[in-house]
Formats: sequence, C-alpha cells, structure tokens
Amino acid sequence: MTSTEWLIWVRGPGLQLSLGIFILGMTYRIMQTYFLGRAKNLAEPRGSQWLHGMKTIWWRSFFHPGMTIRGYFTIISGYTFHLGFIITLLFLDQHIELFRSWTGLSWPALPPIVITITAVLGIAALVAVLVDRFADPVRYLLSDYQDYLCWVLTVLPLVTGLLLVYKMWLPYTSLLVVHIISFEILLVAIPFTKLSHVFTIFIARWYNGAIAGYKGVQS
Amino acid sequence: MSVSLERGIQTLKEHIDAPVASFFTTCVHCGMCADACLFYTETKDPKYTPIYKLKPLRRLWHQEYTFWGKLAAKLGFSKPLTAEELKEWEPLVYDSCTMCGRCSMTCPVGNDIVYMIRKMREGMVAAGFAPEGLKSATERAITIGSPMGVKFPALKNQIKHVEADIGLKIPVDVRGAEYMALLSSMEIMNFPEYIGAIAKIFDQADIRWTLASDAFEATNSGIQIGSSDLAAELVERVVAAAERLKVNYVISPECGHAYTALRWEGPNLIGRPYPFKVIHILELLDQLRSQDKLPVTGKIKERLTFHDPCQIVRRGGVIEEPRRLLEMVAEDFAEMEDHGIMNWCCGGGGGVSTNERAATLKLTAFNRKRHQLEALGVNTLVTVCANCRITLEEGLEFNNMDVAVLGLAETLAEHLAEQSPAPTTTQTH
Repeated sequence: MTSTEWLIWVRGPGLQLSLGIFILGMTYRIMQTYFLGRAKNLAEPRGSQWLHGMKTIWWRSFFHPGMTIRGYFTIISGYTFHLGFIITLLFLDQHIELFRSWTGLSWPALPPIVITITAVLGIAALVAVLVDRFADPVRYLLSDYQDYLCWVLTVLPLVTGLLLVYKMWLPYTSLLVVHIISFEILLVAIPFTKLSHVFTIFIARWYNGAIAGYKGVQS
Repeated sequence: MSVSLERGIQTLKEHIDAPVASFFTTCVHCGMCADACLFYTETKDPKYTPIYKLKPLRRLWHQEYTFWGKLAAKLGFSKPLTAEELKEWEPLVYDSCTMCGRCSMTCPVGNDIVYMIRKMREGMVAAGFAPEGLKSATERAITIGSPMGVKFPALKNQIKHVEADIGLKIPVDVRGAEYMALLSSMEIMNFPEYIGAIAKIFDQADIRWTLASDAFEATNSGIQIGSSDLAAELVERVVAAAERLKVNYVISPECGHAYTALRWEGPNLIGRPYPFKVIHILELLDQLRSQDKLPVTGKIKERLTFHDPCQIVRRGGVIEEPRRLLEMVAEDFAEMEDHGIMNWCCGGGGGVSTNERAATLKLTAFNRKRHQLEALGVNTLVTVCANCRITLEEGLEFNNMDVAVLGLAETLAEHLAEQSPAPTTTQTH
C-alpha cells in the first residue's frame, strides 16, 4: 500500500473501526461496572446521595484544603496536559474540518500559534509527569506498565501532530498516516486501559460523594 | 491453594462491587492519598500510601474484571494471589490504617479508599490474616461480650461507685424506657465518669433511659477486624436488648467506631432496618441544648481545642454538634488547622490501638497530632471517643506534653447548672 492508500484507509474504515471499538468498549466497561451493583443501604439516611454525589463530582475538580506540593503538581500538570490535548484536538482548523466533513458541525478555530502553544504545553506537562513518576518514590512504587503505556499513547498524537504542523521528520502524507493511527490507537486503548478514567472519574466521584452524603458529610 | 486462602479470595471477590470497580478503574496512581495519611506523612515510607495498601484487592479486580486481566488468566500468564502476598500485606491493611477516611476526602478522582480497606479486611480475615490483638479482642467480644473482657458484674461494680459519687440511681433493664444507652469497655474501665455525666444530664433533662445488663457494650471488634458475620452477631445482641426493653432510641456512646457499627453498618450487617433509632450521645446532648434542657454554668477560661474522632465526624456525620456543645462551656475554643471532616486521626482507630504489633508505629503517627497541638499552643484538649482519648493520652505522655485530655460529656456535666441557665460568669476549670 502506498502512503496515500494508507491515508484513505486510516481516515475512512480505520477511523470508523476505532471509533466503533471506543464507543462499544466504553459502553461495555461502564455497564460492566454499573451492573456489579452495590447492596441496598438499610441504615436510615442523613443526607441525599444524589446531591452529595453530584457536588463531589464538581468539588474534586479543584484544589482542596491541606494539599501538598505533590497535590498542586498533580492538579496543575494534570489540567495542563488534559486541556492542552483537548484544545489541540478541538480547535485546530484541520481537526474542525474533519469534524465538519462527518457531522456538518463546525466552530471557529484557534490561530495555529495558539494551538502550537497548547500542544507544546501539553507535551511539556506530560514530560514533567513522567519525570516525576520516576523521581517521586510514592508514584514510582504505585506505577505499573499501564501508567507508562498510557503516557506513550497520549503523547504520541500530540508529538506527531506538532511534527506535522512544522513538516518535520517524515514526508507529509506518511506523517499524517502515523498521526491519525496514533490517535486511533489511543481511542481503541481508552476502554481497555486506565485511560477509561476519562469517563469513570465521574462515576467514582459520584460514589464517593454518595457514600459520604448518605451520612450527611460532603466529601 | 489452602481452604482458608480460597475462602479469603472468594470473600474478596464477593466484595468487589460497582464502587470498588469504578475506583480501581479510575485510579491514575497519582499518590495524592499519601499526603492524607498520617502513617505516610510521619514516616515518609511510600508503602504507607493508602491506595498501595489495596494492591492485592486491585490485582484480583484486574484479573476478574478487566480485558487484559481476563486474557492473561485465560492464557495462563496470570499470577494468582498467594498466602505470602496476603501475609505481607497484613501489617499494611491493619497496622498502618486507622480507617480514618482522610484519604477518601482528598483523592482527585474520587476513590473512597477506606471503603475498600473495609472490604479488604473482610478477605484478609477470611483467609486467616489478621493481627493477634484484634483476633483475641474479637474472640472476647463474642464469647464474653466485650473486647476487654468486661462482664456485667464489673459494670455493676462501676455503677455502684458512680451512684455513690453522684447520688443518682443508674437505671438498668428498665422496660419501656425511651432511650437505651450503650457504653464502651474503655469507658467502663478507664472513664466511668462518662456514666455519671450522662446520668446527671439525663436526670436534669428528665430523660427516661436505661442500660441493658445483657447488651451494654457498644464497641464492635467485628467491623474492625473485618468480619461481617461476627460484627452482625454483636449488633444483634444490641437489637435484641432494645427490642426486649421496647426502647425508641439506642444511644451510641462517645466511642467512634461503635457509632459506625451501630448507626451505619448495623442494619446492613443484620440485613434489616432497626425497629428503633440510633442516636449519638452528642446528637442527643445537642438536642437537649436546643430545647434549653442542658443549662450550664461557668466557662473554662483556658484556651482549648477539640479533637474530632474520625468515625463520629468525617465518617459519621456528627460534625457541628460537639462544637456547639463545646462553645457552651469554653471561653476560648480554638480549632486546629485541619479540623472537622479534614481532621487528623489520633493514630489508634480502626483496631490499631488493639494491635500490639502496631504500638511503635502508632506513636510515630501520633506526631501529626503533636504538631497540630504544638502549633496551637493549647494545654487542654477535648474529645468524644474513649479510644481516641486513651491513644491521645499515651501519645502525650510519650512525648512529655503537658496537655489535659477531657471528655466532652463529662465536661458538660461538670458545668451543669442546677435549674435554669446561669449567667455566663467565668471560672477557672
């Protein structure tokens, strides 16, 4: 296959396939978790599970009292690479064009220099997180192969995209194929790795808030 | 695989529910929970990171509920949990966790880590791995009725002394009383003044109450060791006595984990709602305060602070009541920097104080409370849990700190006005 034929495949069937696996896989993962269920609580409640669960989803998005340097670093670097990734994904004009060609929906793009900054910041934050994972004895002890695998899968679309914008490393078409494939691998990996936290974080936070809220505590 | 290991693993599997699966799925190994755990902050040993204490349970979840885990198991690449691994984790799950739940408050992805520790202990004890101190306390609770081996004659003896001290009769086995009070063995043996305190307050407020000769013990070693069966048996005794005496309320004493056992776990342990309500002594005292039935006179002049027992406050939801009550009798009540639902544990909860193996680690963990007290510069500390109280007293003594530890109910009883509320004149405590 030539690089152009590859490009046609990855932009067409490849993308459909990866999106399909992503949607079905994530649905299965969430259903599997949900249907594990939990025992009905027979103790008389003091507060609302639902309300406290929703509040915990919201409040855990911010700094909280008593946070240490490890905490600030985690939250700031976490937001930087997540936002860097999302802004780059949603506001690069080529990406918007792709969305428009599928759905007919479009929105204003950010200038290329802004996208370059968000991508670079995202990569820098990911590098910082990786260095810290080795340097911090707590994180190093907790880490397993998925932490490193997911790091690679997340950084690749950003790096290949940046190379693409600045036309470096490989011929454009070949690099575009690599870039799209890296994103498709990421999509496929989300339901089957800890990357699924991008969705399950809301479930986990809700349960945390609901369990405490039942007792009248806002967690 | 031995029978006990098989039983332990099966128990762990049964305890993996939707919250546990969502917590493990979502954990990004950020390590922020380490900074919430006094065993980590006071030792800086990474193995005390709360989520790390759950590694065997996490491995089991991974093998049973994830694509890669199931695939590896099918292909024979999976490493099953071993007795050695559980044995290695026993000190992490029991000695270095007071089930205080502070980690659950700080996890950015929302993992309720202590919810999982509670479940992990179920599997550990089913597999035969639990500290000797907790095992024997649980055995005494089941066979004798108290983890400290206190039988009713011992309580009766203490009651006699208390009655002589306060000049009031302590009601026992009174059918049709409104309230049935429970006690912890620690209160009976170490702080019997609690009995006198509530008797005085109840007498003044005209509360119809009773103790039960066959179910006076509120503590529940079953939930500390992680055995729901044994915990349920202990709860059933209380329920049976409350039904026999036809009371409307059962009063949980100041003891922290007793409140968790009775109020929050009890109905789930026995599989049915109670025919009565459980009320914490602080909730009842605060009700009396709001109804002007708790008149006090005089205030403690010295600066003092309040230690929040984790199971009553953060894990129990009784948060403002002790503060409102303390304000009644304290002229200079100062909060520690981290207080209320973000308090730091005394270091002896969750069965740690019963576990002799953890004694040194417990004293190291106490340094967190020591720093808090030193920062505030107080010489008086009020609390509402006999186990916290004894742990705090031990830690203070070990560190040669001149801080008096008071129980809140006794402090209120000492300031009880005879009839109507007295003017707020100050007096030295």
